[in-house]
Amino acid sequence: MLGTYFTFPELLLWIPLVTGVAAIFIKNARSVKRFALISSLATLVVSIISLCFTDIAHHPEYFYYNNVSYVWMPYIGSSFSVGLDGMGFLLTFLTAFSYPLIFAATYKTEWKNANAFFALMLLSQAGIMGVFVAADALLFYFFWELALIPIYFLCSRWGEEKRIQATFKFFIYTFTGSLLMLVGIIFVYLHTPALSSDSAHSFSLNAFYHATLQPSQQDWLFWLFFAAFAVKIPVWPLHTWQPFVYEQGNYPAVMVLSGLMVKMGVFGMIKWLLPIFPAADEKFADLVIILSIIGIVYASCIALIQSDLKRFVAWTSIAHLGLMAAAIFVRNSSGLQGVILEMLNHGINILALWIVVDIIEKNTGVRKISELGGLAIKSPVLAMFLVVIAFANIALPLTNSFVSEFLMFNGLFEFNKWYAIVAIVGIVLSSVYMLSMVQKVLFGKLNTLTEKAQPMNAGHKIVLTVLVISILVLGIYPEPVIHLTQGTVTDILRSVIVK
Amino acid sequence: MNAIQLIYLVPLLPLIGFLINGLGRKSLSKTLIGIIGSGVIFISFCISVFIFLAVSKEGFTVQNIHYFDFIKFEKLHIPFEFQLDQLTAVFLLIITGVGFLIHVYSTGYMKEETPEGFGRYFSFLNLFVFFMLLLVLGGNYVIMYIGWEGISLCSYLLIGFWFKDHENNDAGKKSFIMNRIGDIGFLLAIFWLLSLFGTVSYHDLYNSQNGFISLITNVNTTDLVGISLLFFLGATAKSAQIPLYTWLPDAMAGPTPVSALIHAATMVTAGVYLVARSNILYSLAPATMTVVAVIGLATAIFAAVIALKQNDIKKVLAYSTVSQLGYMFLGLGVGAYSAAVFHVMTHAFFKGLLFLAAGSVIHAMAGEQDITKMGGLGKKMKVTYITFLIACIAIAGIPPFSGFFSKDEILNAAFASNPLLYALGLGGALLTAFYMFRLLALTFAGKFRGTPEQEHHLHESPSSMTVPLVILGVLSAIGGFVGIPEVLVGNGNKIGDFLSPVFAHSASILGGHQNPHQTEIILMGVTAILSIIISLWAWKKYKGKTAFAPEANTLARVIKNKFYVDEIYDFIFVKPYRSLAGFLNNIIDKKGIDGVVNGVGRSVNYGSRQLRLLQSGQVGSYLLLMVIGMLLLFIIQLFTK
Repeated sequence: MLGTYFTFPELLLWIPLVTGVAAIFIKNARSVKRFALISSLATLVVSIISLCFTDIAHHPEYFYYNNVSYVWMPYIGSSFSVGLDGMGFLLTFLTAFSYPLIFAATYKTEWKNANAFFALMLLSQAGIMGVFVAADALLFYFFWELALIPIYFLCSRWGEEKRIQATFKFFIYTFTGSLLMLVGIIFVYLHTPALSSDSAHSFSLNAFYHATLQPSQQDWLFWLFFAAFAVKIPVWPLHTWQPFVYEQGNYPAVMVLSGLMVKMGVFGMIKWLLPIFPAADEKFADLVIILSIIGIVYASCIALIQSDLKRFVAWTSIAHLGLMAAAIFVRNSSGLQGVILEMLNHGINILALWIVVDIIEKNTGVRKISELGGLAIKSPVLAMFLVVIAFANIALPLTNSFVSEFLMFNGLFEFNKWYAIVAIVGIVLSSVYMLSMVQKVLFGKLNTLTEKAQPMNAGHKIVLTVLVISILVLGIYPEPVIHLTQGTVTDILRSVIVK
Repeated sequence: MNAIQLIYLVPLLPLIGFLINGLGRKSLSKTLIGIIGSGVIFISFCISVFIFLAVSKEGFTVQNIHYFDFIKFEKLHIPFEFQLDQLTAVFLLIITGVGFLIHVYSTGYMKEETPEGFGRYFSFLNLFVFFMLLLVLGGNYVIMYIGWEGISLCSYLLIGFWFKDHENNDAGKKSFIMNRIGDIGFLLAIFWLLSLFGTVSYHDLYNSQNGFISLITNVNTTDLVGISLLFFLGATAKSAQIPLYTWLPDAMAGPTPVSALIHAATMVTAGVYLVARSNILYSLAPATMTVVAVIGLATAIFAAVIALKQNDIKKVLAYSTVSQLGYMFLGLGVGAYSAAVFHVMTHAFFKGLLFLAAGSVIHAMAGEQDITKMGGLGKKMKVTYITFLIACIAIAGIPPFSGFFSKDEILNAAFASNPLLYALGLGGALLTAFYMFRLLALTFAGKFRGTPEQEHHLHESPSSMTVPLVILGVLSAIGGFVGIPEVLVGNGNKIGDFLSPVFAHSASILGGHQNPHQTEIILMGVTAILSIIISLWAWKKYKGKTAFAPEANTLARVIKNKFYVDEIYDFIFVKPYRSLAGFLNNIIDKKGIDGVVNGVGRSVNYGSRQLRLLQSGQVGSYLLLMVIGMLLLFIIQLFTK
């Protein structure tokens, strides 16, 4: 079987990495486009097979089932070690699932230097996959950077007028965060037990979970790691790069950023922050949750008055991510399970939302909300998609995010009733901004700009149908995903509580 | 075969209808769409009848049907399950029965729509019925919540059905948002239940020893009052009670059959269902019961007062609905659960009928809704007129029509609880009689006050519309006989007896507060006689009215303007919220937070220099080199080991 030579996590890395490098050499724009699509489909196939073959329910040792480790730098205790737990499976699947849809949805877009563009896209996929599979802190950091660099280039070279300025801001934010984390990693490393005779310390995840850190050390280390992850999410008030970058960036890069890279921050908090600094978690949980809840209300308010559709999506995302950040730190099973589920759901929903925004901009030439209107007359199919996606974003029952938001709010309620009562105001605010947007874009009469709107093409219809079906299936029957990831929740909670 | 085994078909068929009509709206003919849309509801109705018969059999016990696990991990277990008992059976009949009639009516009413719009309309209507059925069939609060929000969605979609007009869209949006405010209460109550009992299944909560029964000795604890009040917050939004009622009058922007089905007969009674379903919880929290009764009564009177001065035929009916729902909550609040459900049923008949008849009028008047421009329609529209009259008699509480019995039962229970509640309730009932007969007189009696073209256009509606009117007319007239008070006919209160198992626990908690028979008969007589007098007075006062002067006194103007509640809400909530959003965006975010960030950037004097570096790719290439270096390191290690 496949696994004899390559484990799934490795393949998920190698396919985008190798094809990404190869793509540079394909000068023909059409060919490289097709090449990237095929590569991403191959990754998706591997990801689906890995999901089918891994029967997590009957293998409690699942974490090591797909784990593989090569000697890398033995003298410092770092190894090329990758593995997948339930959450990892879910996020690698989301990554593998998103790229083909992104490529297909933007297939008609022409890019200058297409070979570089698609090479960077595929490399970013490799980086993101790496973050989700890494079981070694140095490797994790390596992939963290590998994922960011292509995105800097993608955002600064393809996009709108102020893209350089926006990317610079993004770069400063994330690079500062990354460096702080690097300092943190090295410090923790120096306090890890030795796992082999080659070196006194180890970078492995397991060693990090067992590092002997005094509560006073945890107090500041916590913030070093937190900074890197919180910037990505972003946790209020570290968010100001996001609306700017989303507004100025090109669609595929923004889809990757908001659908996947944001999840790197959430993932990092769950896997590389919570279990390593349990004492600090306990101490700072309230502070982080309060900041996150401020973020929900704050972003929801601002989303209402956005005139640019791209900025609008950015603010809705900040609001949703606020809830996720809060639910991480409640550190109970309902909250964590909700966050993990929401990572998948938010990834799907926001990707769908971006695709619709892209279609609207392409078909009408504008994306200013006030200049749109009446699109439901011209394009009823697009209207139907947008309505479903909008309601998925406000977590209507039977759409995917209802279940995850339900679990997150429930977790928050368990932790502290009053937090839940304030945070849940978000469900009203989200319906206010979402329905206002839908109304202004789709309903009312046609104007001179929307009069000329083109109908949707078949490719867009297929992509959006896939996404809408996913939204409904996950909303009606979420149990398989919960089943897949509940082991992760148990593991994380165990290390948070025991130490 | 046992009909109960087919229970999943009851909601599934409307869902299938939704899918067929929704996806096939471009290719199907209007006739076919109408047949599919109404047909699925009719089959659901037939199954519901058989289920009802099965439930009424001797020895029926509550059925729990488990389909699959919706959410399950660790101790949290929320199955997708149905529960069938007497309460559900009654609601199934109301929803599918009245629902079917309104679907048939719609095939006539919506004839002018394009095939695409026609298909969209019927698919939404089917989807609504699906969610409504899910709401009453669900075996736990989460499944109920799915239906609960689903009907909000359909209400939103159908109010804004004619989406080219932003007034309709605003009304739809308002309905959804106000309902969401209530949803907060519903959700928090669910979380509270989960933290307390670890389950939200009715069976575990109400029929097992670990559920609410275990709390029976300590009533009015924070938990009980808190949970019941939160659920009630949900109910005030869905059932349009103070303070969250203002969406319902606006919801009249939707097509009239939608108002009949959603905003009169079914959706708005979901709040009543919620409280009735949770009756044990409420009975254990007398403090909440008082709140429910007071809010219900206040809404009943307040909305009735507003209805006195409205001139839009649908607005009068909308406020009337708000008011009648208030009576249902009054009934719930004084522990007369089955009376409230009985009123849900009779109200579905007569208010559904009033809206459909109003639709027939609006149809004949080519869209005109202002009753000051109508008059004398009775001559041209006999069926509409007579059925409207029947409904007016029913809602005014004149015996022996249906509304009399249900309202009487509520008022009677209110008297037993506190005579003041009765007195105020009676006042509201008389206001109801007055505004309804005012409406009737202005619309159907006297001379026509519209334009000659309108007069020429007047016609009776087609039979697809009048047949449902006649059926509902018959039901409004005789529907009350299933609940004849015991004092008049022994064993006459069939519906009360039928529902009694559902409310048995509550009855034992609350204890029986019965009026003496004499008192009951006197009250009944007083209500009936006063209602007749007021109705006749209103009819006489308005039947010959031709001139409509603007309201002269201040109070009348305030009432006509609905006490300016919308304006007050706008001033207190909407405007400040928008200003806050602007303030956060322009001042706090751009100047404050981002200002600090940019300031930090500038002060290190990094900006311009790094910007150039990045543009030329130097920073990037540095990083890229770092990554490539690590990659090489790894590859070397891999192959030299």
